[in-house]
Amino acid sequence: MIISVASGKGGTGKTMVSTSLAASIKNNYNVQLLDADVEEPNSHIFLKPVFETSHAVSINVPVVNEDRCNHCGKCAEVCAFNAIAVVKDFVLTFPELCHGCGACSYLCPRRAINEAPNQIGTVETGKAGSISFVQGKLDIGQTMPTPVVRKVKELTSREHISIIDASPGTSCPVIAAIKDSDFCLLVTEPTPFGLNDLKLAVETVKQMGIPCGLILNRAGVGDSRVEEYCQKENIPILLTIPLDLNIARLYSKGTTLAEGLPQWQENFKEVFRKIREITGERNSST
Amino acid sequence: MKEIVVLSGKGGTGKTSIVASLAVLAENKVLADCDVDAADLDILLDPSIQEKHDFAGGKVAFIDSEKCARCNICAQVCRFDAITDLKVDPLNCEGCGFCSHVCPVDAITMQPSFSGNWFISSTKYGPLVHARLGIGQENSGKLVAEVKRQAKIIAQSTGASWIIIDGPPGTGCPVISSLSGASTALLVTEPTLSGVHDLKRIIEVCQHFKVPALVCINKFDINEENTRLIEKHCQSLNISVAAKIPFDTVVTEAMVQGKPVLEYTKGRVSQEIEKLWNAIDSL
Amino acid sequence: MKIAISASSPSLDSEVNPRFGRCDMFIIADPKSIDFEVVDNAGESAGGGAGISTAQMIAQKNVEVVITGNCGPNAHRVLSSAGIEIITGAEGTVRQVIEDYNNGKLSSSSGHNVSDHFGMGGGGGHCRGKGKAN
Repeated sequence: MIISVASGKGGTGKTMVSTSLAASIKNNYNVQLLDADVEEPNSHIFLKPVFETSHAVSINVPVVNEDRCNHCGKCAEVCAFNAIAVVKDFVLTFPELCHGCGACSYLCPRRAINEAPNQIGTVETGKAGSISFVQGKLDIGQTMPTPVVRKVKELTSREHISIIDASPGTSCPVIAAIKDSDFCLLVTEPTPFGLNDLKLAVETVKQMGIPCGLILNRAGVGDSRVEEYCQKENIPILLTIPLDLNIARLYSKGTTLAEGLPQWQENFKEVFRKIREITGERNSST
Repeated sequence: MKEIVVLSGKGGTGKTSIVASLAVLAENKVLADCDVDAADLDILLDPSIQEKHDFAGGKVAFIDSEKCARCNICAQVCRFDAITDLKVDPLNCEGCGFCSHVCPVDAITMQPSFSGNWFISSTKYGPLVHARLGIGQENSGKLVAEVKRQAKIIAQSTGASWIIIDGPPGTGCPVISSLSGASTALLVTEPTLSGVHDLKRIIEVCQHFKVPALVCINKFDINEENTRLIEKHCQSLNISVAAKIPFDTVVTEAMVQGKPVLEYTKGRVSQEIEKLWNAIDSL
Repeated sequence: MKIAISASSPSLDSEVNPRFGRCDMFIIADPKSIDFEVVDNAGESAGGGAGISTAQMIAQKNVEVVITGNCGPNAHRVLSSAGIEIITGAEGTVRQVIEDYNNGKLSSSSGHNVSDHFGMGGGGGHCRGKGKAN
């Protein structure tokens, strides 16, 4: 089963929830945590994994064979990203602009373009106790997170309960992260910002046909509009975590709720049980 | 004219609440919300929308089924799995145009794709340019750049002294786009390990693009040890920590009221934000 | 010989546009006779790599010198590969700049003078971000 954890708004406690859920059920299941928030991967701070492997994520970029090239300019003409330029007797390539579509090499009339990998990020794997850990990281200055997210997702294991920590927002890398999940756990806070961004996230998962439920974090401040919205939209609130200075301190030190306040393990197990119930119901009804 | 972009790396550190309060303090400014993926600044500024525009971020392939010879070469060359059964999935289409170049019967054209809206609004604090990215669209930085471009046009025509930009979270394309050409980056962080981790990354991004940075530690008292860690890190890089804002529920209360915190209360939080603005103003 | 100056409007009285890749147009002039033609810059609305496509276009015009405000590293690479001299930091009207050039008051720059993405805040944007990993 794949459970993705998402939130329209950043900083609502998504990573705290993913890691606490993983830590709470690890004794009962084979758990895998995949950190797909590749611009700011933070799950490792909470689970402190020991990394065993690290692989580069690359995009195939053009390499021009000057001996064959006659500077006709076809490659520059077909490149939609201006990643290749031809002036006088030079062909210049700009790997950081290349999207790896392969049009230039395929369409070169003299077969003068080969492709070679250009690194944009890394995917690391390791173990955090019994939890299998995968994290993607976009290199600084790189602009394309989605290929790194996809590489992370390729390591999703069907033998595990896989928990995917997505990036905030509703754009492309988020879609790539939550795609093919059996369930999407949304995390928000009861504030106007939280509500506004939750609505966007709900719209997204509904469009993708993924069942979802909510964890309401930092309850006690703000107002009741998130709860009213969930009721209206028929979104189950699976857990409410209060605004509590002890929890905030644990978070600030990078400790999961499951580890810092073990009584929360039962709550997260209950969340997991409810998710199974919802996805089970869905499977049997389809 | 100075351009201040407020960034954080990590989301939820209080960026937008601080921007709204700076909007109260700064005189003669244009505001821009570049967090187009989850735009929230408007909630605090109560804008009335003056102009609404469609935005086409990029191009997507379109197959004319009348012309199509059903050879499927397009699907074979596409590396983004965007063509199945001779139909284009716009969510997967990269806009590279490879398919349009190889189609033997010229049945494929590249067409502009709708990817969101941008707005010009008036608020009691001055003009606001904001946007909303369509769901599942690529946050490519292009819409961010458009918001900035519009803000700049307004600033030039009104002779504004400041453009204050609420930036997106992360370190990717939209962040780089919001940072380009900025005079100063204000980095809002919190003393959590995630906050510290992400602050380091966003500082690297600022250095990479040679934009001078200033740091504000929000909720500094939730972990004073981490606060000291941040201060030490900033000191070692010669980056000034301009303000330390205490944790206080007034920030959320103000948000619920739909007001900048500085308008809601004159307490400790507001005093510290005033100090922050003075530091920015005196740069 | 021909020199290209980044401009905002199609006349010699136009201010020099501070951006190269995302300027509105170029005035390509013979500095002696001051005969000129106006060339629109398609790169102004390009997605990413505006400087690259603009530099390519300029190179095709057989220009020997480019005068502009700022030039990023990518455009600089293309222009220098084409053997074009690059003068940055120019200000004032196109007419003044041509005069200054004739009087030897302008010197060429050895490297790009702004980081990449510099002009983007005022222009179109830069990347669409999905990409294909291998």
